[in-house]
Amino acid sequence: MGKILRTVLYIPGNSPGMIQHCPVFGADAVALDLEDAVSIREKDAARRLVTAFLDSLDFSRVYVSVRVNGAQTPYFKKDLEAVVPKGPDALRIPKCESTDDVKRAEEIISALEDEAGIPKGTVKIHAMIETARGLEKAYDIATSSKRLEALTLGGQDLLADLGIQKTPHGRELLYARSRVVTAARAAEKQAFDTVWTDINDINGLFEEARLAAELGFAGKAAIHPSQIPVIHEAYKPHPAEVARARRIMASAQKAESEGRGVFSVDGRMVDAPVIERARHLLRLSELYENSNRGDETS
Amino acid sequence: MNLITNGKGRAVPTDVPGWGKFRAYKSPFALIEEEPLRTRGCPAMKAARPGEAKVTRSLKDAIQRSGLRDGMTVSFHHHLRNGDAVLPMVLETISEMGIRNLTLAPSSLTDAHDCVVNFIKKGVVTKISTSGLRGELGAAISRGELDVPVIIRSHGGRARAIEEGSLPIDVAFIAAPACDEKGNLTGCMGKSACGSIGYAKVDARYASHVIAVTDDPVPFPLAPKVSISQNEIDQIVIADHIGDPAKIATGAARITRNPVDLKIAKNAFDLIAASGLIDQGFSFQVGVGGASLAVASHLREYMEDKGIRGSFGLGGIGGYMVELLEEGLFDVLYDVQSFDANVTSSLLENPRHMEIDASLYANPYTKGCMVNDLDVVCLAALDIDTDFNVNVLTGNDGVLRGASGGHCDTAAGAKLSVILAPSFRGGVPTIKEEVQTIVTPGETIDALVTERGICIHPRREDLLEAALKAGLPVKEIGRLKKEVEKITGRPETPEVDRDHIVALVEYRDGTLIDCVYKTRNT
Repeated sequence: MGKILRTVLYIPGNSPGMIQHCPVFGADAVALDLEDAVSIREKDAARRLVTAFLDSLDFSRVYVSVRVNGAQTPYFKKDLEAVVPKGPDALRIPKCESTDDVKRAEEIISALEDEAGIPKGTVKIHAMIETARGLEKAYDIATSSKRLEALTLGGQDLLADLGIQKTPHGRELLYARSRVVTAARAAEKQAFDTVWTDINDINGLFEEARLAAELGFAGKAAIHPSQIPVIHEAYKPHPAEVARARRIMASAQKAESEGRGVFSVDGRMVDAPVIERARHLLRLSELYENSNRGDETS
Repeated sequence: MNLITNGKGRAVPTDVPGWGKFRAYKSPFALIEEEPLRTRGCPAMKAARPGEAKVTRSLKDAIQRSGLRDGMTVSFHHHLRNGDAVLPMVLETISEMGIRNLTLAPSSLTDAHDCVVNFIKKGVVTKISTSGLRGELGAAISRGELDVPVIIRSHGGRARAIEEGSLPIDVAFIAAPACDEKGNLTGCMGKSACGSIGYAKVDARYASHVIAVTDDPVPFPLAPKVSISQNEIDQIVIADHIGDPAKIATGAARITRNPVDLKIAKNAFDLIAASGLIDQGFSFQVGVGGASLAVASHLREYMEDKGIRGSFGLGGIGGYMVELLEEGLFDVLYDVQSFDANVTSSLLENPRHMEIDASLYANPYTKGCMVNDLDVVCLAALDIDTDFNVNVLTGNDGVLRGASGGHCDTAAGAKLSVILAPSFRGGVPTIKEEVQTIVTPGETIDALVTERGICIHPRREDLLEAALKAGLPVKEIGRLKKEVEKITGRPETPEVDRDHIVALVEYRDGTLIDCVYKTRNT
C-alpha cells in the first residue's frame, strides 16, 4: 500500500532556497518543477540544481517527484537522463494525450534505470491530463504502463485548451475532475487534483480541496507552503467516520476468525471495498494524530 | 589588562584603562542576590527662578551654556531610528567648537550614525557606550579604530548604569518631536513623531544638563501628552529638522510570507501553547521582524477562539500589538520604543497604551521592572550555541553588526524565552559549537525554534514533556546542528586578534559576560 499523498507541493526547480527546505514545509509530497516555473534560459541550470539536490539532500519522509518538461520539448530527454539515475519517487509527465506519450517515457526511464543499476520500476510515472485530447484518453493513459501510479489533473492548461475561464465555484472543471478520477480508479491508480492559484484565498482553497476529496482525488497540488495545512484540513476525516471505520475493522477481524465473508455494521452490509475504504480512513486519520511529530526526540 | 575567566568560560578584563574596574559574570542572578542594594548616583539639584527663558538661540550657544568640555559624556536616544538627525547635528557642532575626547553614550546607534566614524577620526569621540553598532561604524570599531573598547549595554543595563552612576551623563541631548517653551516634550506629536521616547526618560532624569532639540515648538502647555516634563529640561534648541520623517515613521510591518519564517512561527506558537502559559492575564513580548508577527497572529486567533484576555504587551511595540490592544485581547501595552508610525497615534490617544522608561522596562536594580512579569518573550538570534548562549551582536565574519537591546533583560525576566531563528542563513548554520559573542546566557533561554525543529534547554524538563505530549517536532540541539551541517557544512570561525579587545559586553547587572575582538582582514 502506497504512502498517502494529500498534498503535492510544487517547488521551482531553479530556487535552491526553496528546495533546501523541502523537508520542512509539511507537504506529503513535493514536485520539483523543471517545467512551467522555469524560464527557457534557466532550463539547464534548474536541471543541474534539481539533480544535485536529489543527490545530496535528505528529503526525510517527503515523497519526491519531479515535473519534467513535456515530451514535445527539447528538454524532455535531457531532464529524464539527468533525473532518473537519482531515483526520485516519480516523474510528472506533462500534457499526456495518448498511450504513446506514456510508453515513450516508460522506455526511456526503463533504459536509464538499467544503466544506473536501480531496480526497474523504481521511478513511477504521474501522467498529467491537461488537454481535452488527454482527458478523452484518460483511461487508456491510466492503463498504459505498470509504472504509471497516478493521473494528475492540470487545470490551468485544460481550461485554456477548452477556451473557458476559471470560476470560484469550479463548475467548469467538474466533468474533467470526475472523468480523471473515474479513469484512474478504473485502472486502480490514484488521481491528484490541480492547483488553487490564489494564495490569498484560503476559503476558496479549502472549498476546492474539500470538493477534490469528496470526488475521490487522493490529494491536491499546492503552489505555496501556506496552502498545505488548508488542504490537509480539507482531507481530515470526520471523527464519526473514523469511529465507524474502527468498528468495521473490528467486525471484519471477528468475521474473518469466524470464517464469514459478509457481515454488517450499524445495520449496513460490509464487503471488501467497504473494508478497504475503512482501512484507508484509519491510515489517513493517523496522519492527523501525528501531524507535528519530528523524526527524533531528545 | 588583567583577564579572568567568567562563569561562561570567557576571558574578560577586570580593569580597563579608560573605563575602570569590572566584575566578571557568574550567573544571571548571582550579583543581584549577593548585592541586592546599590547606591544611586544622583545629579545635583538645580534651581530656576520665575521667568527664566529656556529657548536658546542656537545649538552652539546651548552647548556653550551647558558647560560641555573635553573629556565629558554626552548622551542621545535612538527613537528616531534610521531617520535621526540630532546626533549627527550635535556632534558636528561640538566638533566645530573644538571640544574633544568625549564619551558618546546613546541608547543605541543606528544606520543614521555612520558619521560617528569621522568624529572618532577627529578625536571628538574617544569612548562609546551603546546597545548596538552597525554599518560603517560597526566595521570601524571591529577594525580597532577606537583605542578604548566600546561598552555594549542592554536597555535595562544602561538604565542601571546611569542610575547607579557608572555611566554619568554630563549633557543629554533629547530629540523632541514636540516641545513647548518650558521644556514639556513628547515623541507622540509633531512632524518628526516617533512614538515612545522611553529610553530618553532616564537620561533626562539623571543627566547633569539636559538640552531638548525640537523641530516642532508648540505653545505652553503641551497637551494632551507629556513624556518628559519641564522640571527636567535645562535648555531648548529649535532646529529646522530633527530627522527624516520617511525613515523615522516606517510603515506598519506586515506579516511575513516567507514560508520558512511561517513554519518557524507556527512551531513557536505551538510550543508557547503547549507550555500552558496562554491563559487569562497572559503577558507577552514580541518583535516585528521575521517570524515574530506571524507568532502574534497565531496568538490572536487562539486568544479569540478561547476567549482569553491577556494582561499586557511589553517592549518595543509594533502596530500589530496595537490591534490586539484595540480588540481587547490585552488590557494594556507598556511601550518603551515604538516600531511603526501607527503606534504613535495609539500612544497619544489610548490611555491603555502607556509609555514607560527603560528602567521600569528592564533595569534589574529596581523594585520591580516589567520584564520580571513577562510570561513569554519571542526573541531573535544571529547565532546560538549548543548551550543555548545567544549572540545578537557580531556577524559570521566577527564584525559588530547588531544590538544587545532588551534581549538579555527579557530572557532573564520571562517565564518562557523562545529564540526564533532559521536553522541556517545564507548557507551558514545558526547553531554553533560556540557563539563568537555571548550576549544572552543560555541559562535564561528556554527553547530554540527553527523550521527544522524545536530544541528545548535541558533544564526545562517540564517544557520538554509538554512539547512531546503535544506531538511537537522536538530535537536535541546537537542533533539539529548535525542535521543542518549535512546541508551547509561546518563554517570556519572568523579570525580575530585575541590581544585586542574592541568591545566589552556587559550583562544587565554590569558584570562582563564577553568581549568582542579586533577582526583580521576586514
